[in-house]
Order: sequence, then C-alpha cells, then structure tokens
Amino acid sequence: MIHGVPSPPVTADLAVDAHGLVKTFGDVRALDGVDLVVPRGTVVGLLGPNGSGKTTTVRILATLLQATAGTAKVNGFDVKSQADDVRRSIGLTGQYAAVDEFLTGRENLMMFGGLYHLDKAYVSERSDELLATFDLVDAADRPAKTYSGGMRRRLDLAASLIAKPGILFLDEPTTGLDPRSRIGLWNVMKGLVAEGTTVLLTTQYLDEADQLADDIVVLDHGKVIAHGTSSALKDEIGGDRLEVRLAREDQTSQAVSALVPLATGEIVTQDGLISAPITGGSTTLIEAVRALDAQQIEVDDIALRRPTLDDVFLSLTGHATEDETPAPPSRSRRRGPVRR
Amino acid sequence: MSAVYAKRPPLGWTVHDSIIITRATILASFRIPEALFFQLIQPVIFVILFAYVFGAAIPIPGADPTSAPDASLYRQYLMPGIFGQTVAFAAAASTVGLAEAMQRGIIDRYRALPMSQPAALIGNTIANALRQILALTVLSITGLIVGWRINDGIWNAILAYLLLLLFAYTVTWVGAFVGLSVRNSETASTAGLIWIFPLTFLSNAFVPITALPTWLQYFAAYNPISSLVLACRELFGNPIGTQPDFWPLQNPVEYTIISCAVVIAIFAPLAVRKFRTAASR
Repeated sequence: MIHGVPSPPVTADLAVDAHGLVKTFGDVRALDGVDLVVPRGTVVGLLGPNGSGKTTTVRILATLLQATAGTAKVNGFDVKSQADDVRRSIGLTGQYAAVDEFLTGRENLMMFGGLYHLDKAYVSERSDELLATFDLVDAADRPAKTYSGGMRRRLDLAASLIAKPGILFLDEPTTGLDPRSRIGLWNVMKGLVAEGTTVLLTTQYLDEADQLADDIVVLDHGKVIAHGTSSALKDEIGGDRLEVRLAREDQTSQAVSALVPLATGEIVTQDGLISAPITGGSTTLIEAVRALDAQQIEVDDIALRRPTLDDVFLSLTGHATEDETPAPPSRSRRRGPVRR
Repeated sequence: MSAVYAKRPPLGWTVHDSIIITRATILASFRIPEALFFQLIQPVIFVILFAYVFGAAIPIPGADPTSAPDASLYRQYLMPGIFGQTVAFAAAASTVGLAEAMQRGIIDRYRALPMSQPAALIGNTIANALRQILALTVLSITGLIVGWRINDGIWNAILAYLLLLLFAYTVTWVGAFVGLSVRNSETASTAGLIWIFPLTFLSNAFVPITALPTWLQYFAAYNPISSLVLACRELFGNPIGTQPDFWPLQNPVEYTIISCAVVIAIFAPLAVRKFRTAASR
C-alpha cells in the first residue's frame, strides 16, 4: 500500500496551535504559559534572546520534549498522543547541521529518506531535485565533512525537506553562518515559503525575522511579551525618527529649536546626535533640511531612521536582544542607538 | 507530486530502520581510516606487550607444575584474554559515537523522524558489534604469528567467535546507555573507557583467577569477561589452568550467554528510555 502524509483532521486550518505551554526543568521555568498560533502558509518568527524559551517551544512542537502543561497540535495532530503523525508532517532543522559528516550529501539524503519510510525510487529522484535546488550537485558525492558551513546547513535543510513536509521548523537556521551564506539560506527559505510551506522560525537576529516572517512573536523569560507583524511592533514603540548630526556642536540648541515645530515628541540629544520623533516620512525630512538651512546650520549628516526590532525589543523588555551572544555579522544597516 | 511512501516491509519498520542505521554507521567508520587503523593496532600492541613482556613471568597453574613458566604456553593462554578485552572495548565506540551524535544534533533529527525510535540504537549497537569481526580477524592472524593455535576443531572455534560477538553486542548497549547519559563527547571518551579497564583486568583475561587475592576471586569469577574468556579457551582448545569452584567457571558458555541476556535486558530498555528523553547540548 502506498499512502501519502496522513490527512489531518478537517479543523486543522492552523499548522501550529499551542495553548498554555509550560515547561519546567527542575526549578527553572523555561516556558511559562506560551500560546502560539501559526496559520497555514505563513511564516511566524519566534524572537528572543538566549534562554527565552524559543528552542524549548520548537522542541515541544517537534515532539522532542514533552510539555509540563498545556496542549499543542501540529498539522491538527496532538504532539503527545499522535507524535508519529506529527513527525510525518514536519521537517526540523535545528541549530546544528545534523547530517552524518562521514557520509556524502547524497548518502545522507538517501538515509533520511529511508528513515521517513519513503519509497526508494522517490527518494532518489527527490534527492537529485534537492541537491540541484540547494546548489549541491557538484558536492553530492563528497563526504559532508568536506562541506563549508553554509553547504552543511543547506544539506541539513534538504534532509528536512525530503518528505515534502508542509510545515517546517527552523531553529536558528543561520546561527554561526557568514553573511553571504545567511543571505543564500534566506533566499532558499523565501523560495519554500513562496511554494506554500508553513514555517516556524526561531531567531535571535532581528533582521532575519524582519526579512522572513509575516508575524513575529517575541518571547522573554518563557513568556510571550508581544505579538504582531514587524511593522505593527515597530509602530507600537513609536514611528520614525529624524537623526541629525551637526558639523558644529555650538549650533545644537539652535538646531533643536528649528526642529521643534516638526517633532511629534521630545527631541533627544546624545553624543552630538539629535534625534527627533516625526511623522510624515520623507516630506518631513525635506522640511527639516529647509528649516536647518534657513538658519544656516551646518549639517554633517541627516537621515530618517525607521525603528529596528532592536528598538522594539529594548522598549518591550528593558534589555537588548543580544545580551549574551555575539552580534550577527554587521551589514550596512543603520543601527539603533542601543548597542552593547 | 507529493511524497511517495514505501510499503511496510515484511519484517516491520524496526528491522528496516535498524538496517539503514547499521549500514550508515559501518560505512561511516570506513571513511575514517586513521581511527580504524588505531582501533585495530591497539589489541595487537597488547598481544606483543603481554606475550613478550609479561608472558614469561606469569605461570599457568595446572599446566605443568614441574616445569618453569613457559612463554609459548602463556601465549596460547593469553589470546582468548585479548579477544575478550578487545570485544569489551566495542562499548567505547557506541559511547563516543552516540555522545557525538547527540552533541551534533543528529539524535534530535532521528527523534523528529517518523522512524522506529529503538532502531537508531539497535543499528548503532549492531554496527559496532559487527566492526569487531574485522578486529577479531586481525587479532587472530596476529595470534597465529606469535604461536596461538585453534586446537579443538572449526565448529567449536566458530562458537567461540559467536560468543565474542554476542559479548560485543551486549557491551555496546551498556556503552550506548553511557554515551546518552554523559554531557558531551569529551566526557564520553573517558567515561566510555573507565569501567572497561578494571572490568577486563579483574578477570582471568591475563592472569589465572587463582593468582588473585581471595576476595577478588569472587568478583573475577562472576565477571562475565572471565566466563567468556574461559569459554573461548576451552572452545579453542587453549590451556585453561585450574579453575576455582564457582558455577560460572564450571559452566562458562552457559554463564556467558545468560549474563549477556541479563545485561541486554537491563541496558537496552534503559538506553532506549535515555534516547527518548535525550536532549542535545
């Protein structure tokens, strides 16, 4: 008998439906009542610093851990009582490239395909397809030991996709990768999403959540502290800011008074940087340039800065996202005022 | 096209999945020629050490009380001891292999697959036991070179080798349990070995039990390595020395099989339970 993925109960319009998840390890309450909903076909980013409970949440949903309390359904199946059905419905890519490094890329895919109980001819064809998609054709018959970090992650992701799961859990998929490999992997993930795959992504990189996720759930100390789209979260802490750096510091107070009519709130001056909350985007920016020019104030740099998720996180939790972990490879993005 | 699933194999998924893991584990071990080489060379060094360094100093009681210690007789006595010690070290491969797999997230991946969960361990333990075939082959050839002989017919010899493999399979379950219990692969490579050394030396593998202090004789007599080594000596037709009056030493084949069954019955479920709750890092 040849059969497909078990068809989920009809009510399963949610890929993930978790309520009140609690997980304690001894005295530590790693999860403290987490609710999480991932509608089919969407990408939800689970965002938080180390130890916030992201990985614990994914491990419970992937049947690797049992929750102390709460219920969770994945693809309509209960993670506790229907673990095998859940496992058939998901692909999991963890924080490590979990491939056998002494086997070749193709051997790894064949092995995992066999362990998914897939048909051999299908696995062989699917492996070729995945190796091509993930740009691993040339390396297919070399042991994974010889692969670069980015190649291993791609092979790992390919192994998760061998059974064409509709739901993908990606637990910090780009941690430790160089910027080029990260962007490469983001493109692969975007392609999967475009094909309709549901993704639950954990990350501590704000730009990653920004890039990939429709909805963001912010976790801190095992609790959901915010939930919404990236732009909604940004709006919540206030909109755009105008940042001005002057050529001459003695013109600071003059500049601040010139900007007051445009600002929607208090203007902050720190280390020679004037920061004013504004609305109206670039129109206001042009007005500001005119106002400063009319007063003959010399400007070194003037820019409109959209809040980053860094700012969101700081304002929600009172601490930055990257407390204990190295910063992601920096790109040419304007950073928020919050630095470690 | 959606994924195409295979038919349920006649022997069930556990057998199917175990074969996949066994094959992958053995294949991987041949991809590390250095490790394979040192795994094989270590027992050979033991043979040379014991045969030529300690051999002349260890008398075999009951062999021939009137003559001086005979080095070639000791080599006949020694080889089954080295066989026993070698297969006992099969446990270390499972310990290190599984601890590494856990640290590198591979156990997580297995556990998130719809595969038979015990198969991941059954495959690993079978592979590590089967790898001993190569080790025993190399050792047997070394033994033949230094003067060891199979004196009691091919069938008994085959039975001896099968007992050695059964023992190897048994200790890999203990090794699997240890490997899934330690925190990292660095600890695994010491914890995996620390119990095997005393176990092999507190036995009749290298010296006759009667040479041990009385209280140690009890331990050594019930140590399954002693019964395994004694059974091999008998089945290969090598000198056995005199045996103190303990049931395991009077019935070494039976005691070896029973103790292997008991150890597997205890450690296989323990290891599978560890596996089901294993967490990486």
